[in-house]
Amino acid sequence: MTVPVSLTINGRRYDRQIEPRLLLVHFIRELGGLTGTKVGCDTSQCGACTVLLDGVAVRSCTCLTVQADGSSVTTIEGLAPAGSLHPLQESFWNKHGLQCGFCTPGMIMAAHELLRTNPKPTDVEIRHGLEGNVCRCTGYQNIVRAVREAAERMAR
Amino acid sequence: MSSRIFGSGIRRREDPRLITGGATYTDDLTLPGMLYAAMLRSPHAHARITSIDTSAAKQAPGVVAVFTGADVKDALKPVPCAWLLPNSNLKIAAFPAIAVDTVRFVGDIVAVVVAETRHQAYDALELIEVGYSPLPAVIDPVAASRDGAPQLHPDIPRNEAFHWTVAGGDVDAAFAAADVVVKETIVQQRLIPTALETRATLATWGGASGELTVWNTTQNPHIARFVMSAVTGVPEDKLRVIAPEVGGGFGSKIAVYPADFVTLFCSMRIGKPVKWAETRSENYQATTHGRDHVQQVELAAKKDGTILGLRATIHAGMGAYLSTAAPGIPTILHGLMLSAVYQLPALKEDVHGIYTNATPVEAYRGAGRPEATFMLERMVDKLAATLKMDPADVRFKNMIPRFENGHTVITGLSYDSGDYPGGLKKVLDHVKYADLRRQQAEGRAQGRYLGIGLATYVEICGLGPSQVAGAIGFQGGLWESAIVRVHPTGKVHVFIGASPHGQGEETTFAQLVAHEIGVEVNDVKVLHGDTEMSPMGWGTYGSRTTAVGGAALILAARKVRDKAKVIAAHLLEAAVEDMDYADGRFFVKGAPDKAKTIQDIALMANVAWNMPAGVEAGLEASMFYDPPNFAYPFGSHVAVVEVDRETGQIELKRYVALDDCGPQINPVIVEGQVHGGVVQGIGQALWEQAVYDENGQLLTGTMLDYALPRADRLCDIEVIHTVTPSPHHPLGLKGVGEAGTIASTAAICNAVMDALAPLGVETLRMPFTPERVWNAINKA
Repeated sequence: MTVPVSLTINGRRYDRQIEPRLLLVHFIRELGGLTGTKVGCDTSQCGACTVLLDGVAVRSCTCLTVQADGSSVTTIEGLAPAGSLHPLQESFWNKHGLQCGFCTPGMIMAAHELLRTNPKPTDVEIRHGLEGNVCRCTGYQNIVRAVREAAERMAR
Repeated sequence: MSSRIFGSGIRRREDPRLITGGATYTDDLTLPGMLYAAMLRSPHAHARITSIDTSAAKQAPGVVAVFTGADVKDALKPVPCAWLLPNSNLKIAAFPAIAVDTVRFVGDIVAVVVAETRHQAYDALELIEVGYSPLPAVIDPVAASRDGAPQLHPDIPRNEAFHWTVAGGDVDAAFAAADVVVKETIVQQRLIPTALETRATLATWGGASGELTVWNTTQNPHIARFVMSAVTGVPEDKLRVIAPEVGGGFGSKIAVYPADFVTLFCSMRIGKPVKWAETRSENYQATTHGRDHVQQVELAAKKDGTILGLRATIHAGMGAYLSTAAPGIPTILHGLMLSAVYQLPALKEDVHGIYTNATPVEAYRGAGRPEATFMLERMVDKLAATLKMDPADVRFKNMIPRFENGHTVITGLSYDSGDYPGGLKKVLDHVKYADLRRQQAEGRAQGRYLGIGLATYVEICGLGPSQVAGAIGFQGGLWESAIVRVHPTGKVHVFIGASPHGQGEETTFAQLVAHEIGVEVNDVKVLHGDTEMSPMGWGTYGSRTTAVGGAALILAARKVRDKAKVIAAHLLEAAVEDMDYADGRFFVKGAPDKAKTIQDIALMANVAWNMPAGVEAGLEASMFYDPPNFAYPFGSHVAVVEVDRETGQIELKRYVALDDCGPQINPVIVEGQVHGGVVQGIGQALWEQAVYDENGQLLTGTMLDYALPRADRLCDIEVIHTVTPSPHHPLGLKGVGEAGTIASTAAICNAVMDALAPLGVETLRMPFTPERVWNAINKA
């Protein structure tokens, strides 16, 4: 059995027939061909699959595609116009906020959500805001620095 | 610019693709006609397979093939162990890629389904009927070593995979002469590495060409090719292994695994590209774990704190089979490091490697050295407590004095260079140690339980001379190689045999080349990870990529510079010995204004219109570098914690890491390595443990159950350094990938035990969960 869905990812509309069980992350990666969004844990614990659904961060590994029907999804590939970087991307680069890079797309999207709801977070608030995202490489410290720098840049 | 680029914390060259979602990891790849494999894994820790019925699965929608152990056993040789530890009565149990009649851990592969989609493959797994006759299982390595324990493999009594010893000095005399002996049973709990990218393999068989191309999440593509060739029979020249972007390893991507070989088999048998990518549950069940030691330790000392001897018996749980490098980790990389930073006159250690019904263990960040460091650092603290001495004083009393060029310890290793007292003094000054102790005393008077923990360490890394590799049974070399190719416009391609996967060598190695030949760092591209493109190398683990691969690269770049100088002399009509070089410019001594740049020479060498007699065209050099010794980074860490007496909760108050990895190519990257390493070690002390029940079920089978370090539970790590160059590396570099982890578990443990001391708690097993701490306080 398949059902029709229509959703927009990074400004492009996708009309597809899908199995109702298809997770949003698999739609994005396999039907959308956008592999920047990662699956890290399958259980909503690591945040590597974080995307924006109508501007709000969700775990795309625990969201069915049919739940996103009619919505607009933003992934790491669509965070900034082609050829440019979002301040968060720039700050993760500046502050060495990544090593292997696998958690980074989800981490940046989670940080985006944090700054959307709290544009001037303290370091403690940044740490709490990102506790749902696992990074095994950095020890988080440079991620905190990156988010702090991005907040400052975005406030300007 | 070359004088400034070495030591500069420039931004990483790797990052633009990683922060934009443009990087390609193995599971991001799709090939035309690609099929998906899914592994059926044993739900039992130990059982006979009585029947397998795959008929329904074969009829399921989209299913192309189902294979069992019977199908692959003649096509795939057993999964090899490649560290044949000598003088240890090593018994390697055959490890079939798919279990044939017996499963020996939860996660052992029983069958594979190949289907048109990932979902179809997993759906069909549910339709395979397997009959199991459960057998008794054993997880604890001490219990598994006893007579009467469940036996995993025929002809391996008491499950003993090996018994290895290290000894030096007269340990019995040392204990007889001791004023004080401190004893402890230390459990180095089993850990799950948890690289954020799970493992994956994509194989595509070329059919009539007989060529097999494999994308694999590996830290060492050349070793993977070597092993895959041996297991599948595909000759090395027809087997190409590519490590694309790899999302962390920490040791868990060294081994070549059953599922890799099964995926290769499926592609070869079906004639289509086949991709397999682990779920996280599979990763926790079947990708290698780390640690798992039970250590019975005794330390003998004089009453002034002078250490006289160390005696230890280790039971190291190996899991159900011996993984690729597993036998060397609790032995060579552990036992030989037991002198640590101390003058240890006598030592005896017995290491029993024991098969258990658990996931095979492998290297895990630090690999043997954290377990050695922890033993010494914990025992030194116990000694200090027994003698009512300050732990810092006991360390200073026993430390090897500063040395610049070689110091041989009781285990026979010759450390390259070190200043252990200097490092400890610097970090104690940094934290204002006396003030900290005063604050602690004041806090205790008010019912607050602060703990201060020290850990000093030296690690063996930069693995290592190949002759030694052979002598210790490692079935490979440990050299590295590099090619530096300067194109006509002066742009440079560097090809390396090592295989970074997050450590940033695309940047630091470009800095090395810029430093050596004076090109812009952005003009250097570092390529790695493809056996058909990169020269042979033994991989990225053991903090060896910069120490060994970096040395190969520096010496290759110097060959380029030497050749360029000869060409420059010719173009300037001067004698080579009259030439000088600075910052990418070659000139006659005293005449720097009339210089040939490296770019001028690159163009001339590549067009070769006017070359000196006998000099080859092109500007390229390769270097195979086999280090004369290991590298020995060291340091001292200080942790400050506070224990909440009411809840057992531990709060990290402060963490200072002093590490000496020699000169730093890029201090920002070094700092990042220390941060990550420290936090991984903190994870072991406070949260992480692979838990099995009495039947061998893995209870921590998902990230819901296995507690990882998270941002809100950590404090900032203060990173400071001393710089003691290695005497044998061309730029004095050592290595820093594992340093943080090696020290931090012990530092946190010592801090927690220091905090709990006034509450009467003398011993406690990691991880220090609130429940354990609370119970310990309330039982004491």
